[in-house]
Amino acid sequence: MTPADATPLVTYREALREGLRDALRADPRVFLMGEDVGRYGGCYAVTKSLLGEFGEERIRDTPLSESAFVGAGIGAALGGLRPIVEIMTVNFSLLALDQIVNNAATLCHMSGGQCPVPLVIRMATGAGRQLAAQHSHSFEGWYAHIPGLRIVAPATLEDARGMLGAALRCPDPVLIFEHIGLLNMQGELTAANTPVDMDHAAVRRPGRDITLLTYGGSLYKSLEAATQLAADGVEVEVVDLRTLRPLDDALIMDSVRRTHRALIVDEGWRSGGLSAELGTRIVEQAFYELDAPIARVCTAEVPIPYPKHLEDAALPSVERIVAAARTLVSRES
Amino acid sequence: MSGASANAPLGRERALDLLRQMLRIRQFEERCAKLYTELKIRGFLHLYNGQEAVAVGVMRALEAGDAVIATYREHGHALMRGVPMNALMAEMFGKRTGSSGGRGGSMHVFDVKRRFYGGNAIVGGGLPVAVGLALAEKLAKRAGLAACFFGEGAVAEGEFHESLNLATLWRLPVLFVCENNLYAMGTALARSEAVTDIRARAATYGAQAVQVDGMDVIAVEAAARAAVAAVRSGGGPWLLECRTYRLRAHSMFDAQLYRDKAEVEQWRERGPLITFTTRCKAAGLITEDDFQRLQKEADAEVDAAVAFAGSSDWEPVDELERSVYAEVQP
Amino acid sequence: MPSLGADMVAGTLVEWRIKPGASVRHGDVVALIDTEKGIIDIESFEDGIVEKLVVQPGTRVPVGATLAFFQGEPSAPQAAGPMQAAGPPTPAPPTAAPPAAARGGKRISPAARAKARELGVDVQGIEGTGPQGAVTLSDVERAAAGVRAAAPAAKDRSGMRNAIAASMSRSKREIPHYYLQLAVDLRAALDWLETFNASRPVPERLLTAVLFNKAAARAAAERPGFNGYFGPRGFEPASSVHLGVAIALRGGGLVAPAILNAEQKPLPVLMRELQDLVTRVRAGHMRGSEIASATITVTSLGDEGVDIVYPIIHPPQVAIIGFGSVVERPWAVDGRIEARPIVNVTLAADHRVTDGRVGAQFLARIRDLLMQPADL
Repeated sequence: MTPADATPLVTYREALREGLRDALRADPRVFLMGEDVGRYGGCYAVTKSLLGEFGEERIRDTPLSESAFVGAGIGAALGGLRPIVEIMTVNFSLLALDQIVNNAATLCHMSGGQCPVPLVIRMATGAGRQLAAQHSHSFEGWYAHIPGLRIVAPATLEDARGMLGAALRCPDPVLIFEHIGLLNMQGELTAANTPVDMDHAAVRRPGRDITLLTYGGSLYKSLEAATQLAADGVEVEVVDLRTLRPLDDALIMDSVRRTHRALIVDEGWRSGGLSAELGTRIVEQAFYELDAPIARVCTAEVPIPYPKHLEDAALPSVERIVAAARTLVSRES
Repeated sequence: MSGASANAPLGRERALDLLRQMLRIRQFEERCAKLYTELKIRGFLHLYNGQEAVAVGVMRALEAGDAVIATYREHGHALMRGVPMNALMAEMFGKRTGSSGGRGGSMHVFDVKRRFYGGNAIVGGGLPVAVGLALAEKLAKRAGLAACFFGEGAVAEGEFHESLNLATLWRLPVLFVCENNLYAMGTALARSEAVTDIRARAATYGAQAVQVDGMDVIAVEAAARAAVAAVRSGGGPWLLECRTYRLRAHSMFDAQLYRDKAEVEQWRERGPLITFTTRCKAAGLITEDDFQRLQKEADAEVDAAVAFAGSSDWEPVDELERSVYAEVQP
Repeated sequence: MPSLGADMVAGTLVEWRIKPGASVRHGDVVALIDTEKGIIDIESFEDGIVEKLVVQPGTRVPVGATLAFFQGEPSAPQAAGPMQAAGPPTPAPPTAAPPAAARGGKRISPAARAKARELGVDVQGIEGTGPQGAVTLSDVERAAAGVRAAAPAAKDRSGMRNAIAASMSRSKREIPHYYLQLAVDLRAALDWLETFNASRPVPERLLTAVLFNKAAARAAAERPGFNGYFGPRGFEPASSVHLGVAIALRGGGLVAPAILNAEQKPLPVLMRELQDLVTRVRAGHMRGSEIASATITVTSLGDEGVDIVYPIIHPPQVAIIGFGSVVERPWAVDGRIEARPIVNVTLAADHRVTDGRVGAQFLARIRDLLMQPADL
């Protein structure tokens, strides 16, 4: 492979930016709005340089008014545009919960199908940077609770770039969760922008002994754990859920039927969270395939603390994932 | 912290006091910047440099029975409220001797004994809480008020409008202190607000509002005393718009692409410490030696706080799940 | 390189604003660095004289790397470099909870139940190896392999043949066998047996087979690596010796049900159990626990008149011991040739678990035990 053929390394952040550029170039109806997306370049530098390239009409800095600018996004979508609303982080999305839940998710149903809302909302999510309790939430599971919304979590570079396009093609409101721990992740990304779907999960590592279900920022911890377990002869099949509402039941159950054991890794809290939903679906659909109880590794039931050692202890870690996997295959519990 | 009437001439004692209080904040914040680059303080760090006159001037007008709520840029307010510098620095480090037991960090400083209710990371998030604190004072027939500090960015949030409206409607004793430093993170006020006159905005809700030069600690204290007296008399909420400027970036990781360096330098020349020191020296109230001495004292106090924080213990991991609920249930 | 942000890992030095020898004051901008967010001024927090610039413009360095050296005031020489943050206590590894006591009733996984139903295996008789002792799919499959082999001769002969074929093929495919043989002088053992049997009624008399079984069981209990199972996670030794005894069926076929805890049982008990076992096997009445749980097997073809048995290990076991016929042979004793009753004892063992030296010691132990029959 000559240097000219070599695929340059890009970061997850740059892949997100490429997806935005592609979307803005492809469709004049598409525009982006949110706090500090223009002149500041984006809280996490995702939208840096877009203002210069696309101008103020299409890259709009908003006041700190989550409720107002998410509501405006809904109105613009109903009026025929294709808005991308950036809520700086999922932590601030709570201020717009009324707009998201009572308008975006319900207008189509309440209007008997007359008012689909083709709105895309992008949010940074997750913990791990010592930002303490109010800045470290993982609410993907909460939002996945709500009928009328589509929820996706891109974990790979390809998905970071491509899921936005898929979301813009979807006629329903889509929430895209971008984990902050992934932003600096580097890898190769082909120049060709092959479309990605947002309807299916993906097996990132095939395995024989345990089905590990995860998404977003926890994917790479899960893959690391799988590598460690393989050294002991335990082969873990790591499934990247990708779409959290709807969940890809077909792929999940196919995997569990082959391995007979399920482990769920979810950065949300366990109580009433996505892990609970996945576990129950497996019991509903693959009960007689199970050879061990379902296990899950979630964030401890505390608001995320500031000091690093406590934050690390609270979040899912490679160690906890490995330990949980071992309980599924050994005599001790 | 109350005492001399706002109209009394500035004497040496009060001048030294004001300067000492502003220097404590300034030296603390400067040291935090350094410690952050050395990875001793982590997460987000929002520094108060340039705005010291507001916290000092306003807090001097408050009583111990008043409730205070601030933002994530609250170190100066915490120090003025009497939160010990040791506990504050330990909190920045994340140690168990911190004012929040290390659990909150820079953005979540609490000291309930001193009626300091944080330390809030959501812009505008504190305003409704301040209204509730004021309501409690009124219903319990106490004489206290709720002082709420926020930046002009919060004026864009719905909470600002909801809170102004409710406080005025119910004639609650809230002192809304808007620290207008012209930038909400990277967004200039003019790009965010159709009407940038914040005093006028509050007035549309029927609240009393005044504007004051936030770089002039004397003016701030005078305005604050007048507003506090009015609020305590039961006339409803007041809004104090303090026009100030943030000499450092929004937080440590900010390339400040949104404002000119020349603008920052201009404001630095008008900063609260420089202007006050110059004025006091010109009036013969203090000397350069006084300034140096006070700065050294402040540094020494910061040194001691850093040593305290550095040698304090971490909370043990097996206490991870404490304090999620009240330890003493009613 | 200072840390400026929660997720900053490195920065690129764009430009120095200072030179060696320059005097720097607290607050002076000393360099520009490029980050994801743009170019940021780096200030000095100390007063000092620049001694040496370490990093060249254009270089990307991680947070904490030294950029330059300053000489500060005499009381506080500074390197503008990283300070080691004293770490917080590393959390103690979580201690494993002790296994929950079984709350009465066997734990059987749903998949195991379904499989047991499908194969016609009695799941209650199976010892489980899953979490908290649950019976798992592989436990059922193992038991079924044994059950199929024990099906009554009249009924499913071809089924048993197939099961034996599958098991032995798997053994040859997966298990790297090594073979050792040791000739043992049974004079002392047979003499002891004659004396013992002389004073007992016929139903209580012992056969040589029982001595062989006991010696094999005790040696297996004493020497690690021969008693247990080889599974996906490698060799898992068993805590007791459940001695599989190979029993031929009339009309063809072979089963190897287990005498449980054989190493502990006195010879008369072993004898009774062995007889009972043979009777029931030939009548087709086996118990699931006997079928599934042999941890090592003994096969004795002495009745058929072979000198040496070269046996095949029954997976998932890791060893099998063979006994040939007891035949009078010339034997050197104190320099003279005598006729002694000699039996060839063979060991086939799994080379993934043990090697020849250990195997030799194992056989030697069996020999020693057989030469001290009173202690068996």
